[in-house]
Amino acid sequence: MSQPLSVRVQAEDFDIALLQEQLLQGEAAEGAVATFTGYVRNNNENRNVHSLELEHYPGMTERSIQQILAQSAQRWPVMAAAVVHRVGKLKPGEQIVWVGVSSSHREAAFAACEFIMDYLKTRAPFWKKELSPEGGQWLDARASDGERARRWEHD
Amino acid sequence: MLRVLFFGRFREELDCAELNLVFSENYTNLQGLQDALIAERGDQWLEVLAQENVIRAVNQEVATQNVALSDGDEIAFFPPVTGG
Repeated sequence: MSQPLSVRVQAEDFDIALLQEQLLQGEAAEGAVATFTGYVRNNNENRNVHSLELEHYPGMTERSIQQILAQSAQRWPVMAAAVVHRVGKLKPGEQIVWVGVSSSHREAAFAACEFIMDYLKTRAPFWKKELSPEGGQWLDARASDGERARRWEHD
Repeated sequence: MLRVLFFGRFREELDCAELNLVFSENYTNLQGLQDALIAERGDQWLEVLAQENVIRAVNQEVATQNVALSDGDEIAFFPPVTGG
Protein backbone atom coordinates (compact mmCIF):
# COMPACT_ATOMS: atom_id res chain seq x y z
CA MET A 1 0.00 0.00 0.00
CA SER A 2 1.41 3.36 -0.83
CA GLN A 3 -0.20 6.51 0.45
CA PRO A 4 0.48 9.97 -0.93
CA LEU A 5 2.99 11.47 1.47
CA SER A 6 3.91 15.01 0.62
CA VAL A 7 6.67 17.24 2.01
CA ARG A 8 7.24 20.87 1.16
CA VAL A 9 9.83 23.22 2.63
CA GLN A 10 9.28 26.73 1.35
CA ALA A 11 9.68 30.42 2.13
CA GLU A 12 6.17 31.27 0.93
CA ASP A 13 3.09 31.30 3.11
CA PHE A 14 0.50 28.57 2.59
CA ASP A 15 -3.28 28.29 2.24
CA ILE A 16 -4.69 25.87 4.80
CA ALA A 17 -7.99 25.34 3.00
CA LEU A 18 -6.22 24.47 -0.23
CA LEU A 19 -3.82 22.09 1.53
CA GLN A 20 -6.69 20.27 3.22
CA GLU A 21 -8.51 19.93 -0.09
CA GLN A 22 -5.36 18.54 -1.73
CA LEU A 23 -5.11 15.92 1.00
CA LEU A 24 -8.43 14.36 -0.05
CA GLN A 25 -8.27 11.88 -2.85
CA GLY A 26 -11.60 12.74 -4.42
CA GLU A 27 -13.44 9.49 -3.88
CA ALA A 28 -15.04 10.38 -0.56
CA ALA A 29 -13.30 7.49 1.20
CA GLU A 30 -11.92 9.65 4.01
CA GLY A 31 -13.89 9.91 7.22
CA ALA A 32 -11.47 12.21 9.01
CA VAL A 33 -8.80 14.80 8.45
CA ALA A 34 -6.73 16.02 11.40
CA THR A 35 -4.50 19.03 10.91
CA PHE A 36 -2.08 21.05 12.98
CA THR A 37 -0.92 24.60 12.25
CA GLY A 38 1.99 26.18 14.10
CA TYR A 39 2.36 29.96 14.33
CA VAL A 40 5.16 32.33 15.34
CA ARG A 41 4.44 33.60 18.86
CA ASN A 42 5.07 37.22 19.80
CA ASN A 43 6.91 36.26 22.97
CA ASN A 44 9.15 33.45 24.15
CA GLU A 45 10.44 32.99 27.69
CA ASN A 46 9.52 36.60 28.48
CA ARG A 47 11.35 38.01 25.48
CA ASN A 48 9.53 40.04 22.86
CA VAL A 49 10.02 38.38 19.53
CA HIS A 50 10.30 40.70 16.54
CA SER A 51 10.90 37.93 14.07
CA LEU A 52 12.25 34.42 13.66
CA GLU A 53 14.74 33.11 11.17
CA LEU A 54 14.27 29.50 10.18
CA GLU A 55 17.22 27.63 8.72
CA HIS A 56 17.14 24.10 7.31
CA TYR A 57 19.40 21.50 5.74
CA PRO A 58 18.22 21.31 2.11
CA GLY A 59 17.84 17.68 1.16
CA MET A 60 18.13 16.13 4.60
CA THR A 61 15.19 18.10 5.96
CA GLU A 62 12.80 16.90 3.25
CA ARG A 63 14.16 13.39 3.51
CA SER A 64 13.77 13.18 7.28
CA ILE A 65 10.17 14.44 7.15
CA GLN A 66 9.42 11.94 4.40
CA GLN A 67 10.72 9.20 6.71
CA ILE A 68 8.53 10.46 9.56
CA LEU A 69 5.47 10.40 7.29
CA ALA A 70 6.32 6.88 6.14
CA GLN A 71 6.63 5.75 9.77
CA SER A 72 3.24 7.26 10.61
CA ALA A 73 1.68 5.45 7.66
CA GLN A 74 3.15 2.14 8.83
CA ARG A 75 1.80 2.64 12.28
CA TRP A 76 -1.73 3.89 11.54
CA PRO A 77 -4.13 3.42 8.61
CA VAL A 78 -3.23 6.77 7.06
CA MET A 79 -4.73 7.53 3.65
CA ALA A 80 -2.62 10.61 2.96
CA ALA A 81 -0.31 12.83 4.95
CA ALA A 82 1.37 16.13 4.18
CA VAL A 83 3.76 18.56 5.83
CA VAL A 84 4.50 22.12 4.79
CA HIS A 85 7.23 23.91 6.71
CA ARG A 86 8.37 27.46 6.08
CA VAL A 87 11.95 28.74 6.22
CA GLY A 88 13.47 32.21 6.15
CA LYS A 89 12.35 35.23 8.10
CA LEU A 90 8.93 35.06 9.76
CA LYS A 91 7.03 37.54 11.90
CA PRO A 92 4.78 36.92 14.93
CA GLY A 93 1.36 35.73 13.82
CA GLU A 94 2.68 34.08 10.66
CA GLN A 95 2.11 30.42 9.91
CA ILE A 96 5.22 28.29 10.31
CA VAL A 97 4.18 24.68 9.84
CA TRP A 98 1.18 22.67 8.73
CA VAL A 99 0.58 18.94 9.16
CA GLY A 100 -2.44 17.19 7.66
CA VAL A 101 -3.45 13.55 7.89
CA SER A 102 -6.47 11.85 6.34
CA SER A 103 -7.87 8.50 7.39
CA SER A 104 -11.09 6.54 7.56
CA HIS A 105 -11.55 7.38 11.22
CA ARG A 106 -10.49 10.07 13.61
CA GLU A 107 -8.32 7.99 15.96
CA ALA A 108 -5.67 7.34 13.32
CA ALA A 109 -5.84 10.89 11.98
CA PHE A 110 -5.39 12.47 15.42
CA ALA A 111 -2.64 10.10 16.51
CA ALA A 112 -0.65 10.27 13.26
CA CYS A 113 -0.87 14.07 13.17
CA GLU A 114 0.49 14.35 16.70
CA PHE A 115 3.20 11.74 16.05
CA ILE A 116 4.35 13.58 12.92
CA MET A 117 4.53 16.89 14.77
CA ASP A 118 6.38 15.41 17.77
CA TYR A 119 8.93 13.73 15.52
CA LEU A 120 9.29 16.75 13.26
CA LYS A 121 10.12 18.88 16.32
CA THR A 122 12.89 16.56 17.46
CA ARG A 123 14.25 15.01 14.24
CA ALA A 124 13.81 17.27 11.25
CA PRO A 125 16.82 19.55 10.78
CA PHE A 126 15.45 23.06 11.24
CA TRP A 127 16.94 25.72 13.49
CA LYS A 128 15.20 28.84 14.81
CA LYS A 129 16.93 32.09 15.52
CA GLU A 130 14.92 34.59 17.48
CA LEU A 131 15.37 38.27 16.72
CA SER A 132 14.35 40.60 19.55
CA PRO A 133 15.32 44.11 20.65
CA GLU A 134 18.17 42.49 22.62
CA GLY A 135 19.61 40.96 19.44
CA GLY A 136 19.65 37.55 17.80
CA GLN A 137 19.52 34.32 19.73
CA TRP A 138 19.54 30.72 18.52
CA LEU A 139 16.90 28.74 20.35
CA ASP A 140 17.83 25.65 22.35
CA ALA A 141 15.94 22.40 21.96
CA ARG A 142 13.35 21.89 24.69
CA ALA A 143 13.56 18.83 26.91
CA SER A 144 9.75 18.64 26.88
CA ASP A 145 9.76 18.15 23.10
CA GLY A 146 12.16 15.24 23.49
CA GLU A 147 9.93 13.70 26.14
CA ARG A 148 6.83 14.04 23.97
CA ALA A 149 8.59 12.32 21.07
CA ARG A 150 9.88 9.50 23.28
CA ARG A 151 6.32 8.61 24.35
CA TRP A 152 5.78 7.11 20.90
CA GLU A 153 8.64 4.64 21.37
CA HIS A 154 6.76 2.74 24.05
CA ASP A 155 3.19 2.70 22.75
CA MET B 1 36.52 15.21 -1.64
CA LEU B 2 34.49 15.35 1.53
CA ARG B 3 31.76 17.95 1.73
CA VAL B 4 31.38 19.10 5.34
CA LEU B 5 28.42 21.29 6.29
CA PHE B 6 27.60 23.31 9.42
CA PHE B 7 24.18 24.63 10.35
CA GLY B 8 22.43 26.98 12.75
CA ARG B 9 24.41 28.23 15.71
CA PHE B 10 27.44 26.15 14.66
CA ARG B 11 27.57 27.80 11.23
CA GLU B 12 27.68 31.22 12.89
CA GLU B 13 30.07 30.33 15.70
CA LEU B 14 32.53 28.74 13.28
CA ASP B 15 31.90 31.36 10.61
CA CYS B 16 31.78 28.46 8.19
CA ALA B 17 28.86 26.96 6.26
CA GLU B 18 30.81 24.47 4.20
CA LEU B 19 34.26 22.91 3.79
CA ASN B 20 35.45 20.84 0.88
CA LEU B 21 38.31 18.63 2.04
CA VAL B 22 40.56 16.40 0.03
CA PHE B 23 39.86 12.90 1.31
CA SER B 24 42.86 11.71 3.31
CA GLU B 25 43.78 9.11 5.91
CA ASN B 26 42.83 11.57 8.68
CA TYR B 27 39.27 11.47 7.50
CA THR B 28 38.56 7.78 7.13
CA ASN B 29 35.96 7.85 9.88
CA LEU B 30 33.57 10.38 11.37
CA GLN B 31 35.33 10.72 14.73
CA GLY B 32 38.67 11.11 12.95
CA LEU B 33 37.25 13.92 10.85
CA GLN B 34 35.82 15.67 13.91
CA ASP B 35 39.10 15.31 15.83
CA ALA B 36 41.09 16.58 12.85
CA LEU B 37 38.88 19.65 12.43
CA ILE B 38 39.36 20.45 16.12
CA ALA B 39 43.13 19.85 15.98
CA GLU B 40 43.73 21.74 12.75
CA ARG B 41 41.48 24.75 13.18
CA GLY B 42 41.93 26.02 16.69
CA ASP B 43 40.13 26.89 19.90
CA GLN B 44 36.84 28.05 18.48
CA TRP B 45 36.42 24.71 16.70
CA LEU B 46 37.24 22.87 19.89
CA GLU B 47 34.65 24.89 21.77
CA VAL B 48 31.92 24.19 19.22
CA LEU B 49 32.65 20.64 18.07
CA ALA B 50 33.65 19.18 21.43
CA GLN B 51 30.26 19.96 22.94
CA GLU B 52 28.20 17.02 24.13
CA ASN B 53 25.13 17.71 22.05
CA VAL B 54 26.74 17.85 18.61
CA ILE B 55 24.60 16.01 16.07
CA ARG B 56 26.45 14.42 13.17
CA ALA B 57 25.01 13.29 9.87
CA VAL B 58 26.64 11.29 7.10
CA ASN B 59 25.01 11.46 3.68
CA GLN B 60 21.96 13.09 5.27
CA GLU B 61 21.36 10.39 7.88
CA VAL B 62 22.07 11.02 11.56
CA ALA B 63 25.03 8.97 12.76
CA THR B 64 24.84 8.17 16.46
CA GLN B 65 28.12 6.25 16.43
CA ASN B 66 31.43 6.49 14.70
CA VAL B 67 31.18 5.33 11.07
CA ALA B 68 33.63 4.89 8.22
CA LEU B 69 33.75 7.68 5.63
CA SER B 70 34.37 7.36 1.91
CA ASP B 71 35.55 9.82 -0.70
CA GLY B 72 32.52 11.82 -1.87
CA ASP B 73 30.57 11.64 1.38
CA GLU B 74 28.59 14.58 2.71
CA ILE B 75 29.00 15.15 6.45
CA ALA B 76 27.14 17.65 8.59
CA PHE B 77 27.56 18.93 12.14
CA PHE B 78 24.69 20.74 13.81
CA PRO B 79 23.09 21.51 17.18
CA PRO B 80 19.83 19.87 18.35
CA VAL B 81 16.99 20.83 16.04
CA THR B 82 14.38 23.47 16.89
CA GLY B 83 11.86 23.50 14.06
CA GLY B 84 8.10 23.18 14.06
